[in-house]
Amino acid sequence: MAKEKPAEIKVKAFGTHYVITQPNPLRKVLRRVDERDLDDPVARAEEALAGLSGEFQDWMLVEADRLTAAHAAILKSGFNDKAAEELFRAAHDIKGDAATFGYPSAAVAAESLCRIIEHAPELEKVPPELIKHHINAIQAIVHNHTRLDSTKVATELGRRLRGVADEYLMHVNRDRPEHLEAIMAPSIVPAE
Amino acid sequence: MFRIDFNKLRFLICDDNPHMRRILRTLLHSFGAREAYEAEDGATALEMYTHYVPDIVITDWSMPIFDGLELAQMIRQPESKGNPYAPIIMLTGHSEKRRVTVARDAGVTEFLAKPISAKGLYQRILNVVASPRPFIKTKTYFGPDRRRNTTNTYIGPERRIGGEVEVLQQPSLLDKARSSI
Repeated sequence: MAKEKPAEIKVKAFGTHYVITQPNPLRKVLRRVDERDLDDPVARAEEALAGLSGEFQDWMLVEADRLTAAHAAILKSGFNDKAAEELFRAAHDIKGDAATFGYPSAAVAAESLCRIIEHAPELEKVPPELIKHHINAIQAIVHNHTRLDSTKVATELGRRLRGVADEYLMHVNRDRPEHLEAIMAPSIVPAE
Repeated sequence: MFRIDFNKLRFLICDDNPHMRRILRTLLHSFGAREAYEAEDGATALEMYTHYVPDIVITDWSMPIFDGLELAQMIRQPESKGNPYAPIIMLTGHSEKRRVTVARDAGVTEFLAKPISAKGLYQRILNVVASPRPFIKTKTYFGPDRRRNTTNTYIGPERRIGGEVEVLQQPSLLDKARSSI
């Protein structure tokens, strides 16, 4: 693909802004094909992703252990900036990755933990059991993933954790409207 | 029907999680891409962006050193060394509305909330290839047009004002070269 900037850029000036239109350099990668020649790159990619799925459990075990280690560091030394950041990042990564790896309930529990870390006014005052339950739940979901009855249990576990966490957060943030708004706002996942 | 020749596209993947980079790499290769560079933090990503000049950037939000949001803001500097117009797809575990708004205002082109799906990623790439939006420059913003709806019936408080003042036609490089002979 061409590396240089577009040769012709049109600029329209308005009172408060400029509208800049450049020729689309990526248009060259679009090719018209007959329907019979059209392949399915999405299906190919989904198949490749399914091929990777054998590694997902190992990856989740690594992520869950990282979370446990971050929590252990906090139990040992308390909530300093670095420890809180590492716990948040470990939970955030599970929140983002777990559903892709086939552990949606772990993602729900991790999101709940992220919300606690993000919105609790003082982390030292968060009931230790609340954080511990989240971490234990994620470990249980990851280690019991292959059991037939695990999906229902995991879903219920994630839901209940979220309910307890939200109740706590709404209570401690009752005088912080900006946090309250964020806690109560629904998640927006753009439609595919 | 249209199809994308992925083997003609150069991607930059920015994510500190090696598993996620592996998944993105797998998806892009399955689509047909042959050039996909990877960075594990914001600083490396900016360096690679300037060096490799990717056609499309796929970045996570949370990264060490500086995050995907800051990366987008740096790419969108009009006077930056690299191409400030490159499409930026932000792939992230953040899905709250305010996060989407912040990413949009940083100049991100497309936003894709995790979990990743092949279909979701393909659709975002198709959007930036087939339907690029013009760029807007104001005192406080430079990036893709943040409006998805381009009708001119909006009369709310954020309506653009001023009317058309002047059309500035930028000469092409070829015209500049010819006029200098």
